[in-house]
Amino acid sequence: MLLAKILFRNAFHNKLRSSLTILGIAVAILAFGLLRTVISSFYAGVEASSASRLVTRNAISIIFALPISYAGKIQQVEGVKTVSWGNWFGGIYIDEKNFFPNFCIDPVTYFSLYPEFILDEKQKRDFLLDRKGAVAGRKLADKYKWKIGDTITLKGTIYPGNWDFVLRGIYRGRDKTVDETQFFFQWSYLNETVKKIAPVFADKAGFFMVGVNRPDIAADTAVRIDAAFKNSLAETLTETEKAFNLGFLAMAEAIITAIQMVSLIIILIIMAVVANTMAMTTRERMGDYSILKTLGFGAKEITLLIFGEALVLTMTGSFIGMLLTYPAAHIFAAELSTYFPIFLVSRTTLYLDSAAAVLMAFFASIIPARHAVRVRIADGLRRIG
Amino acid sequence: MVVVFYVGRTFRSAGTGSKDPGYIVLATDAACNSDKSKMMAEPTKPIVEIQRIYKSYHRDSLVVPVLFDITFDIAAGEFLALMGPSGSGKTTLLNLIAGIDRADSGSIHVGGVDITTLTETELAAWRANSVGFIFQFYNLIPVLQAVENVELPLHLTALTKKQRREHAQMALSMVGLAHRMDHYPGEMSGGEQQRVAIARAIVTDPTILVADEPTGDLDRVSAEEILSMMERLNRDMGKTIIMVTHDPRAAARAQILRHLDKGYLNDAAGQNPL
Ligand SMILES: Nc1ncnc2c1ncn2[C@@H]1O[C@H](COP(=O)(O)OP(=O)(O)OP(=O)(O)O)[C@@H](O)[C@H]1O
Ligand SMILES: [Mg+2]
Repeated sequence: MLLAKILFRNAFHNKLRSSLTILGIAVAILAFGLLRTVISSFYAGVEASSASRLVTRNAISIIFALPISYAGKIQQVEGVKTVSWGNWFGGIYIDEKNFFPNFCIDPVTYFSLYPEFILDEKQKRDFLLDRKGAVAGRKLADKYKWKIGDTITLKGTIYPGNWDFVLRGIYRGRDKTVDETQFFFQWSYLNETVKKIAPVFADKAGFFMVGVNRPDIAADTAVRIDAAFKNSLAETLTETEKAFNLGFLAMAEAIITAIQMVSLIIILIIMAVVANTMAMTTRERMGDYSILKTLGFGAKEITLLIFGEALVLTMTGSFIGMLLTYPAAHIFAAELSTYFPIFLVSRTTLYLDSAAAVLMAFFASIIPARHAVRVRIADGLRRIG
Repeated sequence: MVVVFYVGRTFRSAGTGSKDPGYIVLATDAACNSDKSKMMAEPTKPIVEIQRIYKSYHRDSLVVPVLFDITFDIAAGEFLALMGPSGSGKTTLLNLIAGIDRADSGSIHVGGVDITTLTETELAAWRANSVGFIFQFYNLIPVLQAVENVELPLHLTALTKKQRREHAQMALSMVGLAHRMDHYPGEMSGGEQQRVAIARAIVTDPTILVADEPTGDLDRVSAEEILSMMERLNRDMGKTIIMVTHDPRAAARAQILRHLDKGYLNDAAGQNPL
C-alpha cells in the first residue's frame, strides 16, 4: 500500500538523522541484550535444574554436613529412586583467580543422576577404578589445556594440603545450557584422607542428591525425607534442585536487581532519543499530513504513518543490535567464563529486544501523532508557505 | 502529440464497468484551440450556494473576525476568480467552501449537500469525493513519484491497483507529463510540480476545483501554462473552478470576478471585465 511506501521512505529521508537514531537504538539494544544475558546467566543453574531431583542438606546450614549413613535411610523413603552424595571441596588450582567449582562425589550414583553430563563409557570406568581419578568439564579442560592422564593438583582450603588428582575423564554437556566448567573426584578419596587426619569429620556428606521416580511426587517425597530425620541429631532440609539453586541466587539478588534497573534505564533513554527524532520529523512533515487530511485521509492513516515510521527506525536499530549481541556475547563468554559458565543469548532476550522496539516506537509516536491528528488542516497548510 | 482523456463521470464509473465511450482531446503540444466553442459548458444552475457566512479566528482570548455575511452562488461550470488585498479573507473563504475549515454561522451547499452539517469524518469523505485542491506551493508528497502522488486520492476509492495506476497515468498525460511519471517532486520544476498537482486534483473527477494562488510561486511562462490548463479544464470538461489570486493576469482567465475587502464581499456577481 502507498502508505507503507510513504512511511518507509520518510523513515530514511533524512539519512544522517535516521542513521544516527538507528545507531543509537542498535547500541542501546546491544547493551540491553548483554545485560539481559548476564541476568539469565545468573539463572542458568536454576534453569538447568531437573524437576525430578531433590537436594537434602543439614537443616541448620549448608556448612554443616550430614552422616553418610543417611544415604541408606533416604533410599528407603517412598518415591526415592537414586541417592547420591558429595562435598564441596573448594580447592584452588595454582592461583585463587582460577576459580572453578570442584566437588567430591560418589562416582557410581552421581552420573546416573545427571544424564546431562555425558561421559564416555571407557572414561567412566577408568574414573571408577582410580581412587585418585577426576573428571572435568570440557570447557575447563580446554581452558587449562588438560589432557586425559594429566596430574592436577588442587590446594585445599577447607581440607588443608595439596591434593593430586589424575584426569580420567572429560565430560561434555548434553546441550548448551549444561555447565562444562565443573570438576569432580571420588568422595572415598577425600573420606579416607580425612579419616586419617581429622576422624570427627569423616563419613560425612555435604549434601545428598536424590532422584525421585516422577517429578510430580518430588514435593511429597521431600516432606517424607525430612520427616524421616525429624528429632534426630542432624535434621534435614530437602528441597527441589531448583529451589536449592535459587537459594544461592538470593545472595546475588541486589546485583541482579541493579542490572535489571540499568537495562531498563537504557531503554528509557533511547526511548527519549527516538521520541525526539519523531518530534522533529513530524514537525517537518506537518504539511504532508495536512495534505493527506485535505485529500480525505483520516486520523487512522496519519497515526499509522507516524507510528509506522517510528517502528521502521526502532525495528531496524533493534535488528542490528540483536545481530551485534551474538559476537559481543561470544567475546563476553570467553572473557568471563569463570564467572558466567553459561553465557547464551536466550530467545527471551530477543523477544524482549523486539518488545522494546515496539514500545519505543509506541511511546515516541504518541505525542507527535496526537498533535498531527489534532492540528486543523487550515493551520497545517499555512505552515507550508 | 495528442492526448485523449475521458470526460466527466466516466472516471468514477470506470470502476463499476459502465463506461461512457466518449472522450475528448484536452491537452496538446500545440494547444487545441480550434473547436472549443462546441464543448463549452453552460454556467447556469448553482452548484455552490453560500449563505450568510461569518467566520472569525480565536487567538488566545482575542477574537479576530475575518468574514462577514458572505452570500453568493457559484454556477455549475463557472470559472470564478476571487480577488482582494492580502488579509482580506480569500484563503479563509476558499477553505470554507472546500470543507477544510468551519464557519461560525451560515450554510454552504455544494452539489446539494450542506457541508456545514457534516461531521469531521463525513466531511473528509465528502472532500475526497467532491473537491480537487491546487495550492500555491503544489504540496506534493516529496517521497512519492509523480504518478504515486496522483494516485494518492484514489486510495480512498474502490478502484483496483491497476485501475488506480491507469487513471493516474491518464491524468498525468492530460497535463502533458506522461514522460515524467516516475520523477520525484524534487526533480521537477515548479510549473511541472503544479501540473502534477492539477493531475492529482482532477483524477477523482471532483465536483469543484479550488485553487489558492496556483500561479503565485511560478514564473510568467509557467504561470501561463497552468492557467491555460485550468481554462481548458473549465471550458472543455465543464469543471467548476474557484481560484483565489492576486494576479490580474490570472483573474483575466476567469468568467466571473469577485472581490473581498476586509472580509466583506465587495461587488455584485459580474462578468469578468478584464
Ligand atoms: N489560524 C488563524 N488564527 C488567527 N488569525 C488568522 C488565522 N488564519 C488567518 N488569520 C487571519 O485572518 C485574516 C484573513 O486571512 P486569509 O489567509 O484568509 O487572507 P488572504 O486574503 O488569503 O490573504 P493573502 O492574500 O495574504 O493570502 C488575516 O488577517 C489573517 O491574519
Ligand atoms: Mg491566502
